[in-house]
Amino acid sequence: MSKVPTDLKYTKSHEWIKSASDGSVTIGITDHAQEALGDIVFVEVPQPGRKLAAGEACAVVESVKAASDIYSPVAGEVLEGNAGLSDTPEKINADPYGNWIMRVKPVNPADVKALLDAKAYEQVLKDEA
Amino acid sequence: MGKHTVLYDTHVAAGARMVDFGGWDMPVNYGSQIEEHHAVRRDAGMFDVSHMTVVDLEGAKTREFLGMLLANDVSKLRAPGKALYSCMLNEKGGIIDDLIVYFLRDDWFRMVVNAATHDKDMAWIGEQAQAFDVQISERDLAMIAVQGPKAREKAVQALPVDARAPALALKPFMALKFGGFFIARTGYTGEDGFEIMLSPGQAAALWQALIAQGVVACGLGARDTLRLEAAMNLYGQDMDENVTPLESGLDWTIAWEPAGRAFIGRYALEAQRDAGIKRKFVGLVLEDKGVMRSHQKVMVDGGGAGEITSGTFSPTLERSIALARVSVSTGDSVQVDIRGKPSKARVVKPPFVRNGKVLVR
Repeated sequence: MSKVPTDLKYTKSHEWIKSASDGSVTIGITDHAQEALGDIVFVEVPQPGRKLAAGEACAVVESVKAASDIYSPVAGEVLEGNAGLSDTPEKINADPYGNWIMRVKPVNPADVKALLDAKAYEQVLKDEA
Repeated sequence: MGKHTVLYDTHVAAGARMVDFGGWDMPVNYGSQIEEHHAVRRDAGMFDVSHMTVVDLEGAKTREFLGMLLANDVSKLRAPGKALYSCMLNEKGGIIDDLIVYFLRDDWFRMVVNAATHDKDMAWIGEQAQAFDVQISERDLAMIAVQGPKAREKAVQALPVDARAPALALKPFMALKFGGFFIARTGYTGEDGFEIMLSPGQAAALWQALIAQGVVACGLGARDTLRLEAAMNLYGQDMDENVTPLESGLDWTIAWEPAGRAFIGRYALEAQRDAGIKRKFVGLVLEDKGVMRSHQKVMVDGGGAGEITSGTFSPTLERSIALARVSVSTGDSVQVDIRGKPSKARVVKPPFVRNGKVLVR
């Protein structure tokens, strides 16, 4: 049973989103995603300043098994990629919610509210199973 | 639902992630495949390989039959229990399968062939054997491969007391029968160890006894990274019926002498060798981040080309490695098309790792 913290938002493509008080969001991949990928060996994060469209592929998480694109949940600008993942990408497997991939400033805060809540994401997982 | 080995319930109870492999539901990992890989290189790990096919060949003409069937030469096998690795070819020199064959008695040899090629192998062997009056019997045996520097010493503690000394005395590529156990000092990881064949009813008990000795359960994910580091080919990926051993890094498995041994595929191989091989089989080490994977295109300076046959991330080297079939003119470095981006890779002579030691730059 994969973990789905209730204080986060989610996408159908298995990203989690955490809102900060300044309106920026932090993004990572869910427990379901890390389990499906297996041992993660490389992470490619986007450069600060890059403008993203909603749904645009902007990062890559690569496991021994496969390379997986990460899609921006909302339109916005990249604030920071997590450089700490460079040496120890396997931290995402051990703690997917404690290891973020990128921070983004959304163009429109309402877009974040429109993302899936924990319950809706749990339904996505049930439907996929 | 695929076929189940007798250890299926054991794997599920241990929390294994199960996947389809050639029609069988097999464990791909029990947690971290990288940790399982390290356990084999540093200590002892084990694999359920009961899906593979064990076939006994019996009759006075068995040795003669295998002399025709296999590209390697079983006349090298003189001591009971001695084994060798060989390809089985069609008339065009294409590879039908790769296998290990054990000499047990003048009228009894045993072969272990791949699971995914079971049906075509059994049909081919049966058809070729007719002229020799050799009995072909598929054996219903489970098989557990225990591999790693501590594998043999731990494995024997799980075997009957009287089997321990004879098993430890086995030289590489030798096997012995002890009661219901067939113990071979062979493997597919580049480490020392045993492959143990036994009746299916005994398998779960042996697996648990090995766990009790501290042997780590390992899945197909680790099996693939281990065998690729050791540059051991995977049938269906590194070779198939459309390529010959000479294009697959398996020249060493062809026994050309005696010149009069007309094994199936000999003439096609001679013709290919005499005309000059156009493609060679090399190892690649990726310089940068990323993972090379099967079928990715290889670009060579001067217009040569090729393809990755098997690629992965090497836990021992901590970078991506691959086996590739490339133009014979290929030099020291190539570019690999990884998801649309050309990435630089060094050409190396495989294997990459053996007995825990890195062998390439």
